[in-house]
Amino acid sequence: MARILGGVTSSHIPAVGNAIANGLTQEPYWKRFFDGYGPAQKWLDEVKPDLAIVVYNDHGLNFFLDKVPTFALGCADVYPNEDEGWGLKPVAPFKGDAELSWHIAESLVEQEIDICMCQEMLVDHGFVNPIRALWGTHENWPIKAIPLAVNTVQHPVPTAARCLKLGRALRKAVESYPEDMKIVILGTGGLSHQLQGERAGLINVEFDLECMEKIATDPEWMTQFSNAEIMEKAGTEGIESIMWLVMRGALQDDAKIIHKHYHAPISNTGAGVLVLENQY
Amino acid sequence: MVWKKHEYEDIPGTYVFDGKHAHGAYPLNKLLFSFNSEECRSEFDEDPAAYCDKFGVTGKYKEMVVKKDFLGMLRAGANIYFMAKMCIPRGTSVQDAGAQFQGITTKEFQDKLLQKGEGLVDKLEKVGGYWNG
Repeated sequence: MARILGGVTSSHIPAVGNAIANGLTQEPYWKRFFDGYGPAQKWLDEVKPDLAIVVYNDHGLNFFLDKVPTFALGCADVYPNEDEGWGLKPVAPFKGDAELSWHIAESLVEQEIDICMCQEMLVDHGFVNPIRALWGTHENWPIKAIPLAVNTVQHPVPTAARCLKLGRALRKAVESYPEDMKIVILGTGGLSHQLQGERAGLINVEFDLECMEKIATDPEWMTQFSNAEIMEKAGTEGIESIMWLVMRGALQDDAKIIHKHYHAPISNTGAGVLVLENQY
Repeated sequence: MVWKKHEYEDIPGTYVFDGKHAHGAYPLNKLLFSFNSEECRSEFDEDPAAYCDKFGVTGKYKEMVVKKDFLGMLRAGANIYFMAKMCIPRGTSVQDAGAQFQGITTKEFQDKLLQKGEGLVDKLEKVGGYWNG
């Protein structure tokens, strides 16, 4: 049977990819941020997952505003990265696992979590940068990956409670897959940031730290907030933190904290790396 | 015919990208989305006004696109991620746009961000349980 080894959170901002591409990760501005990935990389190296399910939001590469699915699952063999408008060289395409994807799609819909199934899916920095930060950049990626896109771009976006439910359904889906596979769930994006408006530049360290603590130990805590309340505390783009709840929901309630790292600011954001391990 | 009022509209200095913005600025965002393609970016550069016409971007929207008034575009409903496809290759970063929103320089905007991280290591040590180098 497939097993979920644990979950990892990561920022996915474009600047992370640029810092990696330009060899800046040990520059003073970046050093503490990237060094904090070390224990997460070590854990991944020890547990050796076969596949990562990456919970992220598309930023206008795969989805335009003509159709905006609340939840969209990649159901393909391969997921290419492409030019997002900045003329950067795309990274190598990612291998998926179509059989597992379709199994997850079936199970989720059976559990009344209706998702959009994508047989062609371009993956942008939101998907690519956490993988690069955790595994490095490769021509042949060392793991397979499945994109699970959550709409955090065009409101209404799903509630924190809904994301937690999706995660719990995802756990059932993965754990009912007959093949022996080791899976890790990446919750990406966040933490607090606001890119637009006179309130741009908002970072709320206190809220971020509370989020990291509660997502690890008491994820229901997040569900008390409306999306308006989360944006009030964490900024409009800080709403991305709901994607961490998908990851958290997919883990056991008593998942063990392996690593907690927080850094601010990185570009416009507070950034957290959380590694949670399921106990078997 | 009325746009529903939302709780988040009371957050100061904040423009939540919802149906009202997405609907009004749909042609503008469609034009911005097209910049994923190098071919479209070149076509725009050759004749910005004609490119706006092609996408049905008219009136104040067209004026702002031709003038590359990024701040105006954001206020008029351009989505920040879609606008980044136009402004970043033209030398205006998201931080530049943030600074413009506040009427300060980018350096001042970045300094304000750096202040948010002051004393962080001490704070994390006090909280406990965090990797701290």
